Amino acid sequence: MKAGRAIWFSLVLTICAAAGICAAADPLPPFARADDGQWTLPAKNTASTRFSTLAEINPANASRLRLDFTFKTGLGKGEEAAPLVVGNTMYIVTPYPNTVYALDLTKPGAVVKWRFDPHPAPASQGVACCDVINRGGAYADGKLVFNTLDGQTIALNATTGKLLWRTQLGNIKIGETITMAPLIARDKVLVGDSGGEFGVRGWIAALNLADGKIAWKAFNTGPDKDVLIGPSFRPFYAKDRGKDLGVSTWVGDEWKTGGGNVWGWVSYDPDLNLVYYGTGNPGPWNAEQRPGNNEWTAGIFARDLNTGQARWYYQWSPHDIYDHDGVNENILLDLHWRGQPRKVLVHPERNGYVYVLDRTTGEVLSAKPFVFINSSRGVDLKTGELLMNPAKKVGTDKTTYDICPTASGAKDWEPSAYSPRTGLLYIPHANLCMDEHGVSVSYIPGTPYVGADLRQKEGRGGHRGAFTAWDVLGQKKSWEVQEPLPVWSGAVVTAGDVVFYGTLDGWFKAVGARSGKLLWRYKTDSGIISQPVVYRGPDGHEYVAVLSGIGGWIGMVISNNMDARDKTGALGMVSAAGDLVGKVKKAGTLYVFRLR
Amino acid sequence: MSSAFAKIGLFAVALVLVGCEREKRDFNAGPPSSAATAEHFERDAYDISQGERLYGWMNCVGCHSHGGGGIGPALSDDNWIYGGTLQQIHDTIRDGRPNGMPAWGARLTDDEIWQIAAYVRSMGRYVAKDVAPSRQDAMQTSKAESRRPRLSPRWGAP
Repeated sequence: MKAGRAIWFSLVLTICAAAGICAAADPLPPFARADDGQWTLPAKNTASTRFSTLAEINPANASRLRLDFTFKTGLGKGEEAAPLVVGNTMYIVTPYPNTVYALDLTKPGAVVKWRFDPHPAPASQGVACCDVINRGGAYADGKLVFNTLDGQTIALNATTGKLLWRTQLGNIKIGETITMAPLIARDKVLVGDSGGEFGVRGWIAALNLADGKIAWKAFNTGPDKDVLIGPSFRPFYAKDRGKDLGVSTWVGDEWKTGGGNVWGWVSYDPDLNLVYYGTGNPGPWNAEQRPGNNEWTAGIFARDLNTGQARWYYQWSPHDIYDHDGVNENILLDLHWRGQPRKVLVHPERNGYVYVLDRTTGEVLSAKPFVFINSSRGVDLKTGELLMNPAKKVGTDKTTYDICPTASGAKDWEPSAYSPRTGLLYIPHANLCMDEHGVSVSYIPGTPYVGADLRQKEGRGGHRGAFTAWDVLGQKKSWEVQEPLPVWSGAVVTAGDVVFYGTLDGWFKAVGARSGKLLWRYKTDSGIISQPVVYRGPDGHEYVAVLSGIGGWIGMVISNNMDARDKTGALGMVSAAGDLVGKVKKAGTLYVFRLR
Repeated sequence: MSSAFAKIGLFAVALVLVGCEREKRDFNAGPPSSAATAEHFERDAYDISQGERLYGWMNCVGCHSHGGGGIGPALSDDNWIYGGTLQQIHDTIRDGRPNGMPAWGARLTDDEIWQIAAYVRSMGRYVAKDVAPSRQDAMQTSKAESRRPRLSPRWGAP
């Protein structure tokens, strides 16, 4: 590993010497440049780039990719995790029952070095909104850290698989689960809860990596003392300034069941020492029951890693009425933005816009649509306000037709990848619209708190998904691959200028990072809704790994044996994916490829 | 002509009688202890429609949708993990099941549980056509229960 790092540094120095402008030109922040060929965090690094510097596989030879080995999880639920590679070992975390496998990459056939069964409470399956999935683990300092569906964070000795600590954070009795992948930032593990469809109050917690003790915990609704808002909080826009907005932007006690959960991605800038994460949708979905801006849901927080104190906040969707969780990935880049060096974060949001924010202040620099949108008309960059379209407002006992994008968003949690070589953000996403009918709903702890019937359906253009390469500086689409089905897998891009992603009907694809041209594809046994990774194997060669296994919100129709005749099934997703029945089967399997 | 009128008259009487049966209410129903005394719940349109209301109010929709399932299993098909008889469905609602179904015995009366169970039986049309719900008040999402083909349950676990 040390040798690998040295090679990389010398490579960087060579390029710098040749170009002479290295520090100014590289859009990757300094802390995201080093690459030792391992894959230790779900998003590759704390800047969440999902960019690998490996370049053995390129557009000229990608057609020679061949299957190297497979490993079956034996489960029929959605596989959403990123495999991790540390040294000569690969780690995978399965959906419920959240088994962890350590595979020996030095031996043929992926021999299991150890497995760990955390035995989460079976009842947790009944309060997981969107299949019993898990988005994987994180590695640092000899520890493999992951979450369980019943709300625990667990650290294992990565060498032996022995339990080091486990901390109970979630309470399934009120519908609180954990599905996100933790982020390890310095000496802390960042974890948040799921449960936005159960009226669960959202929070993020920092645990000590050493012992699992809670260093701080910040709620995303409620009084400032719960939200960890103090003197250092300086939101960029006036709307987000004031005392206890987490209470006063709600009616009565609605904030106590108001959602704002943290089930997506966390990024970290060690230079600013700030943690970035999005907050989930407000609850219930029926927005007439919670008038107000519903702070601090459907937005993004920047917090100090040491104390958890909020630095700034921006609300993507004030008073969200469409289940537009703000939890998608935040890619941290250092760009020359209109001639000025700016530390930015890029966020392809569920509401359909690619946001570029100054990550030191929370100022919105750009918000351009990457799909067809009729639920809003743009973002006012002076006020930061999302300009809603009143014609697409939803309400109780009323059906609103053809709302674009849909509840699961222009893009759900499936993470994009950024290449500093092309300046493109590779966004896997859907192209869906919906009809929604609001229903009044009562809060009953541990049951869904939604209040809406949905029919999700194909969007404009006759295709339900796309893989879009977005020019971040140009603020426009560079190229797009239209997919017949919504794209629900993450992306990974390499210095060989190859991008990988998977489809719901099981194709794992390599496309050219500059052209979008299909270079190679492989049909896996099930649908792909996970996060592909690229790593250097023990033999020094470049490998690509991906989990296949249909499920999640989009694939529940298969993984939960649903009756597709009911168009409202799985919160309306059955209408958009019911035709998977009979075409895609359950089969959780890891696939690893290399050149031959 | 007169025989035609007689036929129409007879038909009208039959309709009224069917209607009476359909709307028959039992005001003195005690809490039945088993399906042997509870079967009338699934022969009565009133009980089934009450069950449908309760199914919405108790947030059953959030997990099972309008029969197609989601977080919880589908209820409109013929696949039953814990059995699809009226009694078994009643017991599942009352006592809960270990993989996530909450227990409702402390929140609902026994009659209400039978009513929900009867409505659930109508989703796969295990009940007579004339007592199954025949319209949807909200957004049309699937065929009304009364128009679905009748299924015969495959029994799952005991």
